[in-house]
Amino acid sequence: MENYEANGLNLKATELRLGLPGTGNEQQQQDQYSSSSSSHQQNVKNNYNNNNKRSSSEIASSCDDEQQQQHDDGAPLAKAQVVGWPPVRSYRKNVLEKKNPESSMFLKVSMDGAPYLRKIDLKFYNNYFDLLKGLENMFKCTIGVYSEREGYNGSEHVPTYEDKDGDWMLVGDVPWDMFVTSCKRLRIMKASEAKGLVSPL
Amino acid sequence: MDHPSEDSPSSSDKSLGPTNHPQLPFPDEVLEKVLSFVNSHKDRSSVSLVRKDWYNAERWTRSKLFIGNCYSVSPEIVARRFPRIKSVTLKGKPRFSDFNMLPRDWGANVHPWLVMFAKVYPFLEELRLKRMTVTDESLELLAKSFSGFKALSLSSCDGFTENGLKALASHCRNLTELDIQDSISEDVGGGWLSSFPENFSSLEVLNFASLNSDISFDDLERLVSRCKSLRVLKVNETISLDQLQRLLVHAPLLTELGTGSFMQELTPRQYEEVETAFSNCKNLEALSGLWDANSLYLPLLYGACAGLTFLNLSDAPLQSGDFANLLVHCPNLRRLWVIDTVEDKGLEAVGSSCPLLEELRVFPADPYDRHHRDGVSESGFLAVSHGCPKLHYVLYFCRRMTNAAVITIVKNCPDFTHFRLCIMTPGQPDHLTNEPMDEAFGAVAKTCTKLKRLSVSGLLTDVSFEYIGKYAKNLETLSVAFAGSSDWGMQSVLEGCPKLRKLEIRDCPFGNTALLSGKLKYETMRSLWMSACNVTMKGCGILAREMPRLNVEVINDEGSDGSQADKVYVYRTVAGPRRDAPGFVLTL
Repeated sequence: MENYEANGLNLKATELRLGLPGTGNEQQQQDQYSSSSSSHQQNVKNNYNNNNKRSSSEIASSCDDEQQQQHDDGAPLAKAQVVGWPPVRSYRKNVLEKKNPESSMFLKVSMDGAPYLRKIDLKFYNNYFDLLKGLENMFKCTIGVYSEREGYNGSEHVPTYEDKDGDWMLVGDVPWDMFVTSCKRLRIMKASEAKGLVSPL
Repeated sequence: MDHPSEDSPSSSDKSLGPTNHPQLPFPDEVLEKVLSFVNSHKDRSSVSLVRKDWYNAERWTRSKLFIGNCYSVSPEIVARRFPRIKSVTLKGKPRFSDFNMLPRDWGANVHPWLVMFAKVYPFLEELRLKRMTVTDESLELLAKSFSGFKALSLSSCDGFTENGLKALASHCRNLTELDIQDSISEDVGGGWLSSFPENFSSLEVLNFASLNSDISFDDLERLVSRCKSLRVLKVNETISLDQLQRLLVHAPLLTELGTGSFMQELTPRQYEEVETAFSNCKNLEALSGLWDANSLYLPLLYGACAGLTFLNLSDAPLQSGDFANLLVHCPNLRRLWVIDTVEDKGLEAVGSSCPLLEELRVFPADPYDRHHRDGVSESGFLAVSHGCPKLHYVLYFCRRMTNAAVITIVKNCPDFTHFRLCIMTPGQPDHLTNEPMDEAFGAVAKTCTKLKRLSVSGLLTDVSFEYIGKYAKNLETLSVAFAGSSDWGMQSVLEGCPKLRKLEIRDCPFGNTALLSGKLKYETMRSLWMSACNVTMKGCGILAREMPRLNVEVINDEGSDGSQADKVYVYRTVAGPRRDAPGFVLTL
């Protein structure tokens, strides 16, 4: 693929600004939902929310649906799952998640301070941007912007990984394809502990 | 029999015909001969309404039955009217059952139909079922009741196991077609394929791609080599590439092929053999399957693609590069199904490589956005519309769209008959302007005068439905979700679209006023579905009372307060209320 060059991070710096879900474009959409000035939007939102309530028993009993919880701060549901939506047949839902061991690459991810580890499949991500966004969503943290000079300077959390040689490396230094083949596990460190891993350039 | 409204036609038949001349009746034999050329069930319906002798001639000569809603009529009524039927098409559950919106055991069981057919139509040859429950008992009855049975097609059906299929394979000596699509049946074992007798050789169509049966490859290979007339073969994922090669050697005349798994460690010799096998498929028009296909193995196909008109990649998530390389070899494509992993870049390749394209379906790899992939957007769709002016059927799942893009798209492709756009986040506005998507669908309705089927999505006000009611005069099927502002939206459609046959609505602010405004119209339609709207039990009750020839069925969710009608299914029928409705279906 022509995109995601060399180290996969030559995206515009702003595109790497990874905040909580609810920043950037997503905020605008959610503003539409939460604005009460326009009645039609409110109706849509009401029905959307009402449907969630009404069909919650269906969501619970439906086999492979996952339900995301509302954020504790009351921010609107980012992507709640609604029964039968989008209208795709069951077997199509799992196109990426088939149980083919050759095409998946599950890794453990730990986060400092979290009581248990998570597992992700690296094969689902195309590039560092996708991966970091996914990690932020999973752990409800901010990872911030990578730079060659400064690593993740300024972020609360720093993503690191253990490579084939057993060394702990900063996520983002090597090209994505190289990263995918050498990464054994991930650890999201607190910034205060990660000082030694800032790229010394 | 699209609408069996007349058991006995008008008797004022003596003076039909040009002005003052009394109509001379045709001799029956002439009439019947002429009618033997009339095949469309809609035409036959019209014929039957002309006068009584035409009605009788028609009913005696009809051999193909089409029943779009199995509950609109009963087996008894059908058997009384049509004495000589050889082919039956029956459709059951409402379409939203495909997306888990109907509880299990809702109905549409084919068994009572088969019991009647076994009595009345011993010469039945073809049965085509869609969204029906088909048990092993039914398949056994089918297998044993019709000695000349030829073709079984099951689309989105459930309820059977390998035992039913075994009965079919063992007893139907003249079977030419076994076509199972989108099967919802769980774990159908593999023994059925071995049940075809050793001398059985009549199969022309075999499709078991959607079954996860672990069949015996040796028996399959023998079967394929015996059936010299085989033209359609669609295997399932358990069949490997080198096994496929052996099958192709036996069946080089295939016009439609569904491969099995398309990833395997092949030796260079095997690779060459597979490549040669594909190159020898000179007649291939349709290709599907291709599970796990990737850049290493896709080139194996190139030799078979020159005459391809239908490429179904909906089980093969490809990246744009591999996809573009494949398309270069498929200049004659008319229909293309892909997964959105090809992204906009892949669709640009469609625009440049497939000038004859008529149908495009783009399915989402990640419908619940778990992995935050881009998928496709308005620019991919635009690229296709620029390069493929003959495009008339689209199904497009995307995460963002703009009014401007859709307006341009329908300018480029004004001949849309089927426009199904699914912006996956409910109620999402134009992502550039933040406005509702009203103008987009307004443009579709206005520009595409041949539009028969429309699915809308995104943020929509009543304005979009006003447009639809005003302009979409040929619209037959409309699907609506998370849209509209008030009852007026639904009313606009009901009042404005004369040819509307199927209306399915979910999560919209339409209530009793809208529901009741269409009461007369529903008798001209096949069905109406409304779920998670603002309709109440009271409103449904009024509809049921005032329109006795409609069935008004309600299913309420658990924990519902009893005054709202959560799921409403309304359909015209001459058979009265369902006798097989399970407890959770309330017929009002």
